[in-house]
Amino acid sequence: MNPIAMLAESWRAIIANRMRSFLTMLGMIIGVAAVVLMLAVGQGAQSAIDETISAMGSNLFIVLSGATTSGGQRMGLGTAPTLKMADAAAIADLPNIEAAAPVQPGTATTVYAGNNWSTSITGVTPDYLRVRNWSMATGFAFTDADVRGAARVALLGKTVVDNLFGDENPIGKTIRIKQSPFTVVGVLESKGQSLDGRDQDDVVIVPVTTAQRKLFGSQFPGSVKFIMVQATSAEAMPAVEKEMNVLLRARHRIADDADADFTVRNLSAMAEASASATRIMSYVLGAIASISLIVGGIGIMNIMLVSVTERTREIGIRIAIGARHRDILLQFLLEAITISLIGCLIGVGLGVGGAWAVQKLAGFPVLVTPDIVLLAFSVAAGVGIFFGFYPARRAALMNPIDALRYQ
Amino acid sequence: MNQVISVNQLGKDYATAAGTFVALKSVSLTIAQGEFVAIMGPSGSGKSTFMNLLGCLDYPTRGSYALDGVGVATLSSDALAALRNRVIGFVFQGFNLLPRLNARENVALPMLYKGASSAERARRADEMLVKVGLAGLGDRRPNQLSGGQQQRVAIARALCNAPRLILADEPTGNLDSHTSDEVMNLFTELNNTGITIVLVTHEPDIARYAKRLVRFKDGEMIYDGDPAGGLI
Repeated sequence: MNPIAMLAESWRAIIANRMRSFLTMLGMIIGVAAVVLMLAVGQGAQSAIDETISAMGSNLFIVLSGATTSGGQRMGLGTAPTLKMADAAAIADLPNIEAAAPVQPGTATTVYAGNNWSTSITGVTPDYLRVRNWSMATGFAFTDADVRGAARVALLGKTVVDNLFGDENPIGKTIRIKQSPFTVVGVLESKGQSLDGRDQDDVVIVPVTTAQRKLFGSQFPGSVKFIMVQATSAEAMPAVEKEMNVLLRARHRIADDADADFTVRNLSAMAEASASATRIMSYVLGAIASISLIVGGIGIMNIMLVSVTERTREIGIRIAIGARHRDILLQFLLEAITISLIGCLIGVGLGVGGAWAVQKLAGFPVLVTPDIVLLAFSVAAGVGIFFGFYPARRAALMNPIDALRYQ
Repeated sequence: MNQVISVNQLGKDYATAAGTFVALKSVSLTIAQGEFVAIMGPSGSGKSTFMNLLGCLDYPTRGSYALDGVGVATLSSDALAALRNRVIGFVFQGFNLLPRLNARENVALPMLYKGASSAERARRADEMLVKVGLAGLGDRRPNQLSGGQQQRVAIARALCNAPRLILADEPTGNLDSHTSDEVMNLFTELNNTGITIVLVTHEPDIARYAKRLVRFKDGEMIYDGDPAGGLI
């Protein structure tokens, strides 16, 4: 019996019981739509996190200076001026270090023409941009020479540009930060939100020396709030963390049993943790949705069993006039698979449409990849075969004499 | 003469809760090409069991059976299906048409399992419908046909693979006497073209159409010969 003729036979049986076939399909439709939607939401969240992580930069440490105690009140990390520019240089000389960038941040009001905007001012070396994987949208970054000369040059984040300049081109213009004039030499590429929801584009970047001497003057010249360190690889990170601790304790002359006056944090590990939390969430969503797929499959099995019983006489006739076991098996199996594949097709359509609606209405990031669709299809085909096989086998193994006598 | 059916000491037992039930004791019989045989007997006489064995729908407990020269005892169920498909045409008391298929599709059904193309199936099915006197009714469903017409569709279905043997199990059991005569005349016509016909009936009037009568009682063959002699 040729496959097309067999498919036609199965299709006829599906059509003969439209309502029942549709209700059976509905189980698959809902299951597949739920799986596609849930996986799309999971993948959307995943890719949003991945984007944020790659915007942050990879294999990152942050070395924070220690806390001061003022009038019995401990002030928190970064308040004591324990980290020096020289510490950053020493870290950069360690093995497996891509770059070490000293950072001196502060906040100030920037002014251009009639506009003013309070923002964070970050004093860095050019290495900072490399570590953060940050490139320029227009203009150029400042150089090591600018750092040595404490030049009054600034790189603006997109948010600052929007607020101070509007549509005007800021390159070459002079803005005032704390009354001092700075020349805008570049505009930073937009990075969007950080993992904790901060606007990373609301920033002005200046040479670290300029920040130390001309903006946020301190009684401890040469000190920095923190140092961003990038390791050459993820594998090297544990060793790098250990070596930095040893190096800084030696440089700061800290006894073995005393508390350190700095803290090393592995930023990438934290980011990885939130990425894997998202991954787990998307697996859980998918797993819950696939339960409905299994319920849909059981629905198919249920209806196929009813159908086989109802059509006992038909099966007897077919066997008597020459159908082999495999002809009967295939006929009923094809029926189950056809129902589940059509259900799957509609389900994928609904799932993709639902994902689109979620994105439009709820503003959730969703991502429908070919993988998801392929997965839904193969699972649905698998469910059709798995749950269709038992009823089909039951039909194929019927005794024709009893089947013909069945009323 | 060419033997279509050759049965030697054929027997069938059924296991029941009360023990073994001997449905058919030991029957030996040959039916040649072109014969028209009526089988009669009260219920429980073993005639249905015998028909099922002849139709290769059941395996015998003992004895041997050759259909169209092929010993069936050792054949797999798939090989039996192919043999039934090629050699036998079945006609049942209850017509046994598939209600959701039209007459043409019902007739074409056995050709489906032979692997014929859909064009070939439709062409041959229409040919068979003409042969049984139902030209132009191919698109009707069974419930749009009278009992006699339904049985003609069933006969057309039995004919479509050009079988050497037609096995009919009380083919007129659900028909009135006038329609029964029409169907029996059709069987006679087919027999005249050389097709072997074996039919089970309990009506002497129907058995008279046959050229040979076989009677069963209590699992044994008690008469084999001229219909006139066995119908007293």
